[in-house]
Amino acid sequence: MWEIIQTYWLYYLIGQYPEGPLGGLALTLVLAALALLLAFPVGILLALCRLSHYRSLRWPVTAVVYVVRGTPLLMVVFWAYFLLPSLTGQMTDQFNTMLAALVIFDGAYLSEIIRAGIQAIPKGQTESARSLGFNYLQAMRLVILPQALRNMLPSLVNQFVSTIKETSLGYIISLNEVSFVATQINTQLLTRPAEVYLLLGLTYFVLCFGLSRVAFWLERRLAAGVAHQ
Amino acid sequence: MIKLENVNKWYGDYHALVDINEEVTQGEVVVVCGPSGSGKSTLIRTLNRLEPIQKGRILLDGQDIYGPGVDVNALRSRIGFVFQQFNLFPHLTALENCTLAPTRIRKLPPQEARDLAMALLNRVGLAHKASAYPSQLSGGQQQRVAIARALAMSPPVMLFDEPTSALDPEMVGEVLQAMKGLARDGMTMVVVTHEMGFARDVCDRVLFMDQGSVLERTTPERFFTRPEHPRAQKFLADVLSPWQGTPDASA
Repeated sequence: MWEIIQTYWLYYLIGQYPEGPLGGLALTLVLAALALLLAFPVGILLALCRLSHYRSLRWPVTAVVYVVRGTPLLMVVFWAYFLLPSLTGQMTDQFNTMLAALVIFDGAYLSEIIRAGIQAIPKGQTESARSLGFNYLQAMRLVILPQALRNMLPSLVNQFVSTIKETSLGYIISLNEVSFVATQINTQLLTRPAEVYLLLGLTYFVLCFGLSRVAFWLERRLAAGVAHQ
Repeated sequence: MIKLENVNKWYGDYHALVDINEEVTQGEVVVVCGPSGSGKSTLIRTLNRLEPIQKGRILLDGQDIYGPGVDVNALRSRIGFVFQQFNLFPHLTALENCTLAPTRIRKLPPQEARDLAMALLNRVGLAHKASAYPSQLSGGQQQRVAIARALAMSPPVMLFDEPTSALDPEMVGEVLQAMKGLARDGMTMVVVTHEMGFARDVCDRVLFMDQGSVLERTTPERFFTRPEHPRAQKFLADVLSPWQGTPDASA
């Protein structure tokens, strides 16, 4: 395994960059980070629509969430791959295709976590915020979401860890993220798949485990401020 | 200051408020009492639009609060509301609970909001608890912070919805003291409460409600010595000496 790392470490980390496009682990990290950063606000937005008094907001978003939840991510990736170009009229590259699929898919899942978190906050919190004169969005931003997100943290981290692993499906549309690169290495070596894929497995584990630990630390820090009633 | 004209409210088929006509003048302290389910909490919640009404008008300083184009947020910031369950924001300290609305809505500079909040916490006797979180405070302390939080918007009117009903008996006094201080300083107050001692000592007028109607409106002296309506008489007997009544066959 050591000599595989010695030979291929740079290719594994950044793909053919700078001669070719960025790839490998670096691309996986960029994709996962962007997907998290974009899917989170999308999730909040979808959750607020799901909870809205207005049917015109609630119904379409509810439909989208149900469709996405009832579909494998692979299907969403295919849709994005074949549909986006025909919608926008120009070829979308693999990276943006995968990013769009992840944001839609995780946005839908996150919205259900966030919706549950918001609904778990007692109604009196909204009432007291509104009675002070805050409008709906201020009450959400200053009073409800800070409490809700704190309670949701474990579920959110679950979803974030999933997102990191989901980036590996980019393989199917030839996005040269770390799984794709590992497969390329395996093809060149031919005889040593166990080691190559062990290395790949370890890479994902370290990423996900690291994120879980950071979240755990964050959770304890937040809990230190406020003992729950 | 607050005027109710022919106010009616229904929950589906249930007629929760029936033809309410009242007026609360500046500096007046009005206690609303009555058996549970009589509509008193519903009534006070309609005064800052926490509950919609279906018929009639409610005027605050001559402005119809359900009228078209009324800025409900601006309206609510002129009406302090204290809840039975305190509803402090648990993720903020007592001080932050009191500075949040002044900095965000009244746009006070942070230092000014802080000074104001400290002065108000001091007024309810809790300046030393400014940095405590709600979960670290007793029920009575939480309710006093909630009063300070409402006062921080400098509202000309304060509404209290059963402010002591969720408290252990030994904490009722400290909250009533704070409210008494407010009344003495000339605050216009509408208080839904079962604390008959507070009604007798502090308020200017008692409204007795049952089944969505105001059955009696009178001074505390008259209400406690010569209640006119039979249901008010029964209510007073039940509240003042609960161990003496006979079980109500109709209940």
